[in-house]
Amino acid sequence: MTVTIFLNGNKITEDVSPDETLLSFVRSHGCKSVKCGCETTNCGLCTVFLEDTPVLSCALLAVRADQKKVTTLEGLPKEAEEFGSFLADQGAEQCGFCNPGLIMNAIALFRENPHPSDEEIKRYLAGNLCRCSGYEGQMRAIKEFVRWRDSNEQRQ
Amino acid sequence: MLQIKRYVRATSLAEAYELNRKKSNCILGGGVWLRLSNRRIDTAIDLSDLGLDQIEESEGEFSIGCMATIRQIERHEGLNAYTSGAVRDAVQDIVGVQLRNMATVGGSLFGRFGFSDLLTVFCALDSYVELYQGGIISLREFANKPYDRDILVRLIVKKTPLACAFACVRNTRTDFSVLNCAVSVQGNRALAVVGARPMKAACYEGELDESFPERVASSLSFGSNLRGSEAYRRKLCAVLVRRALEKAGGKR
Repeated sequence: MTVTIFLNGNKITEDVSPDETLLSFVRSHGCKSVKCGCETTNCGLCTVFLEDTPVLSCALLAVRADQKKVTTLEGLPKEAEEFGSFLADQGAEQCGFCNPGLIMNAIALFRENPHPSDEEIKRYLAGNLCRCSGYEGQMRAIKEFVRWRDSNEQRQ
Repeated sequence: MLQIKRYVRATSLAEAYELNRKKSNCILGGGVWLRLSNRRIDTAIDLSDLGLDQIEESEGEFSIGCMATIRQIERHEGLNAYTSGAVRDAVQDIVGVQLRNMATVGGSLFGRFGFSDLLTVFCALDSYVELYQGGIISLREFANKPYDRDILVRLIVKKTPLACAFACVRNTRTDFSVLNCAVSVQGNRALAVVGARPMKAACYEGELDESFPERVASSLSFGSNLRGSEAYRRKLCAVLVRRALEKAGGKR
């Protein structure tokens, strides 16, 4: 069936199979930051925003995104680069495979709760698995990023 | 692998019901659990356009549309104020935020899954489901009903004055519960609902006294699976019921 999806601001109209996932759709349009990890909705690698809400594209049919706005990491270059640099500074990217999904969900967290507590961070990001790092680096990066963003805002 | 031949966005419940009468067709909830199945579906029926994704609160009840997400009930202030956070406690460790943004109340309840935390917590409340053909019946009755081709339209939670709480044990934070438990207390009567036994939620109602947790544990049946043995679950049951009662303020 024919769908129209607004992917990172670009209107795309094309035929998709009813069982095609949004993951496959966005990757076929060059959004290779969106990865297929577990395919069982546990790892968070395939996180995208559907109308600004983080969802798992491996479990979402592309047809259900018809007439909706879909955003991947490629559509948030500034926010992703800002926060991503903190992950790098804190050594939180070893293989780096989980980073795009983590960055997407962290951005969703900052938008929803600009000053999360440690417990709120852990709970919000519980659906993003990292098999390298033990999450300490990610935790430091998030806290450092929040401090940097707040001091930047105060200066302005 | 899930295979779907045709996808239809229903324009009315009547259309969805007609389509769903055929066994090879299927209503889509969040699609999260369905996605993991190995099925061939002729027509996947989407209820997204029917305005059933809202939680409405009135003086006497909450009306939760079947397409409302688990995240919506987790964040709903009125529902969590009424249940003293029991609903939030029940759902906040279900995988991750992204999954809870997709999984729907209707899909979770209609499945009557053994692992369901949602079924357990809502069975402990004065809850009803509105079925398109079957009308309004209590959730506890629905939980024991055989599967049919009806459509769960909404969940209704009456604001009956009661104290309630949820408790569970998980091997890891975002795994299925080894055992889950919700209690509600009205005066000297208590209702305990225990799920993930690993069978679906079962209820025990009785006078609230010192022996209530042990009575619940000895009355219900349990089973073994990779997450825990029958004997472990039975021990756990009394502990969780006691914890939930303490949380609900019905300490005995």
